[in-house]
Amino acid sequence: MMEAVHLPPFERFYEEQQSVVLAQLRRMLGRDAADDAFQETFLRALRAYPSLQHSRHLRAWALTIARNVALDVLRKPRADGVVPEIPDEDLPAPHAELEHLTGELPPAERAAVVLRYGYDLPYADIAAALGSSEDAARQAASSGVRRLRKRRSE
Amino acid sequence: MTVPNALDARFRDAAATKGLLDVAYDLVDSPVGQLLVAVTDHGVCEISYDPEPEREEEQLARAFGVRVLRSPKPTDEARRQLDEYFAGKRRDFELAVDLRLAREFGRAVLEELARVPYGELTTYGTLAARAGRPRAARAVGTVMNRNPVPIVLPCHRVVGSTGSLVGYAGGLDRKRTLLELEGALLKA
Repeated sequence: MMEAVHLPPFERFYEEQQSVVLAQLRRMLGRDAADDAFQETFLRALRAYPSLQHSRHLRAWALTIARNVALDVLRKPRADGVVPEIPDEDLPAPHAELEHLTGELPPAERAAVVLRYGYDLPYADIAAALGSSEDAARQAASSGVRRLRKRRSE
Repeated sequence: MTVPNALDARFRDAAATKGLLDVAYDLVDSPVGQLLVAVTDHGVCEISYDPEPEREEEQLARAFGVRVLRSPKPTDEARRQLDEYFAGKRRDFELAVDLRLAREFGRAVLEELARVPYGELTTYGTLAARAGRPRAARAVGTVMNRNPVPIVLPCHRVVGSTGSLVGYAGGLDRKRTLLELEGALLKA
């Protein structure tokens, strides 16, 4: 039974997610680059916000956008001519592939699987993203994986 | 982690500049207390006394769309004109007003209300007649009570047929203050 959860005004979303988003961006990009990425993350969120169907997992959603923005920044050639390592550019990004594969999982499991295996986030961050405990995040990811395996073998 | 003010302000500006907001609002200080001023692409859609931002964000989101954000820049013009008004340097507001939510009669009344000049008083009955329903003085009272943009649409200039102040959504003290400012009432 899914309870329809009403989408809060964007101001509430922004107030509630800004700290975790900035923390994640600083971990990934360092302080300076994180500032630009912060703005880009919330502008992307703002563009997509009206099309959200419900307000479950808004934190996971915000962190996913932040992660994508950070990856875009890391892939971009740097102005100082130093070329950063490009991780496996020919392969589809793991998160993109996972997002496709996990489409039918229950939302919490899907978010846990994508954040753990697609984005390589530690369980502490996933727990923060899902608003749950670390144990619950671990359980959600492992039951998601079990479900995927089961589906594959069917 | 606290988001630095400059970073926060930069995002709030950019969101408005890129045209991504359904409603931008800010809190504005005035001699009649803090006001919440909200604007859409169509103009000022709300001015409220004694703001309760969280509750009002919900209402604005239901009315105009979920992309409601506190963002000062789009409200700057309204703030400037309000400041001038309160300083006695402005008699007429030159601001677009968003009345998309007002229904037929309400809108007709609010449009007539907008024509009541600075420093002058009118009555509920007169306004009803001008809006085409002379016997609807009571309904005009309701429209005044729900006026989404007080001060700019001057419902404070509407009084009872005996000249009594009657009522004001922001409280009679504020109605009196505004009328004194405009020189429509002598200070007691």
